[in-house]
Amino acid sequence: MAHLSPPSPAAAGPAKRSARPAAKPPESSGSGHTPPPGWHARIDPAPLLPEPEPYRLLGTPAARDLDPALLCRLYEELVRGRRYNRQATALTQQGRLAVYPSSTGQEACQVAAALALRPQDWLFPSYRDTLAVVARGVDPVEALTLLRGDWHTGYDPRARHVAPLCTPLATQLPHAVGLAHAARLAGDDTVALAMVGDGGTSEGDFHEALNFAAVWRAPVVFLIQNNGFAISVPLEKQTAAPSLAHKAVGYGMPGRLVDGNDAPAVHQVLTEAIERARTGGGPTLVEAVTYRIDAHTNADDATRYREAAEVEAWRAHDPIDLLERELRDRNLIDDARTKAVADGAEELAARLREEMNADPVLDPMELFDHVYADQTAQLREQAAQLRAELDAEEDR
Amino acid sequence: MSTATAPAAAPAARKPATMAQALRQALHDALADDPRVHVLGEDVGTLGGVFRITDGLTKEFGPDRVTDTPLAEAGILGTAVGMAMYGLRPVVEMQFDAFAYPALEQLISHVARMRNRTRGAMPLPITIRVPYGGGIGGVEHHSDSSEAYYLHTPGLHVVTPATVADAYGLLRASIASDDPVVFLEPKRLYWSKADWSADAPQSVPPLGRAAVRRDGRSATLITYGPSVPVCLEAAEAGRQEGWDLEVVDLRSLVPFDDETVCASVRRTGRAVVVHESSGFGGAGAEIAARITERCFHHLEAPVLRVAGFDIPYPPPMLERYHLPGVDRVLDAVARLQWEVN
Repeated sequence: MAHLSPPSPAAAGPAKRSARPAAKPPESSGSGHTPPPGWHARIDPAPLLPEPEPYRLLGTPAARDLDPALLCRLYEELVRGRRYNRQATALTQQGRLAVYPSSTGQEACQVAAALALRPQDWLFPSYRDTLAVVARGVDPVEALTLLRGDWHTGYDPRARHVAPLCTPLATQLPHAVGLAHAARLAGDDTVALAMVGDGGTSEGDFHEALNFAAVWRAPVVFLIQNNGFAISVPLEKQTAAPSLAHKAVGYGMPGRLVDGNDAPAVHQVLTEAIERARTGGGPTLVEAVTYRIDAHTNADDATRYREAAEVEAWRAHDPIDLLERELRDRNLIDDARTKAVADGAEELAARLREEMNADPVLDPMELFDHVYADQTAQLREQAAQLRAELDAEEDR
Repeated sequence: MSTATAPAAAPAARKPATMAQALRQALHDALADDPRVHVLGEDVGTLGGVFRITDGLTKEFGPDRVTDTPLAEAGILGTAVGMAMYGLRPVVEMQFDAFAYPALEQLISHVARMRNRTRGAMPLPITIRVPYGGGIGGVEHHSDSSEAYYLHTPGLHVVTPATVADAYGLLRASIASDDPVVFLEPKRLYWSKADWSADAPQSVPPLGRAAVRRDGRSATLITYGPSVPVCLEAAEAGRQEGWDLEVVDLRSLVPFDDETVCASVRRTGRAVVVHESSGFGGAGAEIAARITERCFHHLEAPVLRVAGFDIPYPPPMLERYHLPGVDRVLDAVARLQWEVN
């Protein structure tokens, strides 16, 4: 099997992490050698190490203590998210979206990330994180502007504190660090959460962002959704690290490893990391182990690089099923409630269909409006040229 | 080089100042005037920058305003993007021209595009200072003229001073701009001097306006940054050949001042574009094309380019054969078909 097996529910790792460990005092190695001048041990790496297996709550005794309201909210958003993904993929088939990188199977990461954030915090999504953006409160149609193609970003990032969906891999991570750093300098209670995939961890910007964040102790949380594949390339061709979470240790920040399909577990790990960042503890790297059930995008054919059996194993570890089982076991949900949630998701899908089936209003002249604060003389000339071309087209 | 500049309380006497001092004063005054301005880069703090442009600033404004960063150019510019998203006005230093290349992705894919991407909701007022160009005896990777990479990227301003006064004024204007500015500092002019007062710096010129540095009637030399003094020297030498050469200092490659350039060329009827970066696909190609498109019926000769050769920047002991000097400029002027008239 190419990818990691679904995490086992037995692995409930350490839940409590607090401030960065103090540096050990210099001490003799006991070998009789004198260390080089100025050398001393900096920080103890052991407390930075991630859990040996992905942290789990659902199916463990600890799940009994979880807040029913939170579980119900997560469930509702997961169901809405799954439906949103399915509708958006359908819209690509109808030519209403240029492309859609679906997060089906990864909804727990998407929803938990959005719900763990407080209003003053910022989300830095990648192009596969539309669901997190919507769960954060951005209008579901505006969130699809990039993928519909009527503009690049359809929402004001400052309105909901959501950076634009970022296409060049990992390049949004240093932005999150810089914003968090600026907020800390201003004395503001703001944390940035940046999302990246397993493939993105190979990019240089991933390294630079983590390094800056740790050196500056920036209040930022990095969430890697390890969904097994960078388009077609599996994790073992991406890294030789023990886990992606282990990479944290090299930067001097804690790594956390969590079952990315266990929504309450992801929510809890992210909430702890956000709290740690908020209280001056610095950044955390979280690896959520999950799976991209759909192909990379509607334009990709996943059967060329992975086996059906692997997909089926992950379908049996579905984030919605896992949570629904917990809710039913605790009598927090019944058939009437699941139907009501499903109906709500259908309403969302119907609204998407309706709004996406209308042609977007395009103004070609707007192309020249947002290049600079003031249009340059050259752009004014080019705008006049396009205006004339448009007028000639109308006269024809 | 002197690291001392006049403190704010000093008398406003105009005395010789270097371009480096004027640049430092511009950063100082921008930091003092606007708490949103932050300076960050490699060695800009304790050391004061390898060219001492940030000398003493971290002491005066603190390490949170003038910050030594880890050694990673994409990280420097990438974090500056986030800082600007939060409302700050970062000024980043790329230590040398060729060391700025790791930041190109952040520059091209984010800095230049964020305003456009967000329909104007999220402009990025970032100034990227890049010491550029040769003529300082630098070993490999320390002498590139990288302006063509930047000016081909819509969304960026590309600015380069040639005088001490402009170094101050243009840097202040760049930091005050709501758009990102690539601010190219001609390294070999860092130690050039002019009478200039730190206490009464000239009014800040708007970005995008060229300056006529020397009036003339025979032909126009169009140039910028490190080649401006070369052209002024050539113009002086040209008098002995009977040429009265006008020199236009572009100051800003983007936005480009077609108006000033074309007015001059229409008057003189001849034009030579001079820069030290490679000619092929360089700024001079664009400028020559623009002049030809706009001034064709005024031209007495083809627009000529004088540029560095299309070679990787040479080692220091050979760089003088590459850099356009007075003779190469005057040779081009001589080829402007004077005999036809």
